[in-house]
Amino acid sequence: MLNYEQLLSQTIQDIKPSGIRKYFDIANTMQDVISLGVGEPDFFTPWKIRNAAIRTLEAGKTRYSSNSGLLELRKEIADYLERKYALSYHPEDEILITVGGSEAIDACIRVVTNPGDEIIIPQPSYVCYEPMARMAGGVPVILETKAENDFKVTPAELIEKITPRTKMLILPYPCNPTGAIMEKEDLIALEKVLHDTNILVVSDEIYAELTFGKSRHVSPASIPGMRERTIVINGFSKAFSMTGWRLGYACGPREILKQVTKLHQFAIMCAPTTSQYAAIEALRSCDEDVADMIAEYDMRRRVIVKGFNDIGLTCREPRGAFYAFPCIKSTGMTSEEFCEKLLYAKHVALVPGPAFGQGGEGFIRASYCYSVDHIHEAIRRTKEFLDELH
Amino acid sequence: MRKQLLKLLNKNARVSLADLAVALGADEAAVADEIKALEAEGILRGYKAVIDWEKMDHSYVSAIIELKVTPKVGRGFEEIAERVAQYAEVESVYLMSGTYDLNVVVKAKTFQEVAMFVAKELSTIESVTSTATHFVLRRYKELDVSLAVREPDERGTISLC
Repeated sequence: MLNYEQLLSQTIQDIKPSGIRKYFDIANTMQDVISLGVGEPDFFTPWKIRNAAIRTLEAGKTRYSSNSGLLELRKEIADYLERKYALSYHPEDEILITVGGSEAIDACIRVVTNPGDEIIIPQPSYVCYEPMARMAGGVPVILETKAENDFKVTPAELIEKITPRTKMLILPYPCNPTGAIMEKEDLIALEKVLHDTNILVVSDEIYAELTFGKSRHVSPASIPGMRERTIVINGFSKAFSMTGWRLGYACGPREILKQVTKLHQFAIMCAPTTSQYAAIEALRSCDEDVADMIAEYDMRRRVIVKGFNDIGLTCREPRGAFYAFPCIKSTGMTSEEFCEKLLYAKHVALVPGPAFGQGGEGFIRASYCYSVDHIHEAIRRTKEFLDELH
Repeated sequence: MRKQLLKLLNKNARVSLADLAVALGADEAAVADEIKALEAEGILRGYKAVIDWEKMDHSYVSAIIELKVTPKVGRGFEEIAERVAQYAEVESVYLMSGTYDLNVVVKAKTFQEVAMFVAKELSTIESVTSTATHFVLRRYKELDVSLAVREPDERGTISLC
């Protein structure tokens, strides 16, 4: 009989699985649930993209691509980043195509982390950064963002977390689950803090296309002085409804990208070729499809924010991604209690804020990757639930 | 606001005034006024349901009729097109480029009824020189709405990404 505990890596075993697994299991097996729980677009991948992929399959273009990805795609990405975010990257050696944004983040963390190096991770945020830092032998340092600061990272908070061992700052904006964005002046203020340090910024911009209101997404790398210390991570999942295609990319200074590419070459070889051809089509001809999807998300966003505020759950205006993050402190319950009771009583599934780390308590995440009717029904049931509490 | 409002209604004409107001960032009264204005100006012509009649017992048949006509001096195709449009059986009438002139969508209870309508009514109009009837056998998409079997939401109930 094998001793698995002794066999398996201590580092991996020490990483805690998500604490709310039980709640998830119940939600996923319950019938007729009205869910606002999924962070995945409800739209199909635009037909043009699917069709382009089919054509390359028919033509038998199914071999490995170069390790960095198809040069044609890297050129399209360079053009796209230039026209959307005023970023300039060299397709030859400053762009790497990866298996989703996740692989890019993981690889970036690995190439800079020596054992004991500190990685500053703002929370609430997507759940992958902390385990990735640990798997690379790093020490996650959690920076808890505050509702009163619109869940942005402030210069004072950043200064407080920086030590001589700090290697990296993750900037997860637009943010899952808070819907927060960092505006130009916020980023300029952070640049001042980072200016004389040797800290690399990994900017996870997977929701960049999904920003609403007057100002659109600003990439940290476009701030003067930031390009040399920033890796931009982006991908096709959210903006183009291409989650299952698993395609993302990393862009940054060639000195770093060279090492990231080396890691990618040994671990992955190359991103799926069919997905890469599909992505070329996405960047070339889907601006209008993306604009239509954004307009639809924006309408839902307004409906859901008004809906929560109308039933007494204070909800700030999310400026990016596709999540509302209403406050449930007025109910006197913890986020997990609230979600569990709501699920049992009214069959509405939401995600408790603490699932996204520190600072999430007192909040719930509601995705608006759902139709307006669906959102209304979820809000209606939540109102019933709240009414019955009194 | 006009264009955005029309886009929203075109997608779903049943969206409530309250939701339209939220979506457009306007107040309800302003949206109601705009809709009235659009109706008065003849831009907004009607609101109809998209129905899969095959799922109902009393379904109907429809056909696309290609009409070749001799246009009237001075009035072109207007007069004949407007006349054809009068029939209750006629769902739509379009003036076409190409090998025929008017595309007429006709609907009735049975194939027989459609055929008789074409023979007795359309083809006897003086300026109609020929007709060709194409019956619709199955509808796959109607007014932007797919009539395919709906797949369940395969995203599951909850996820963190």
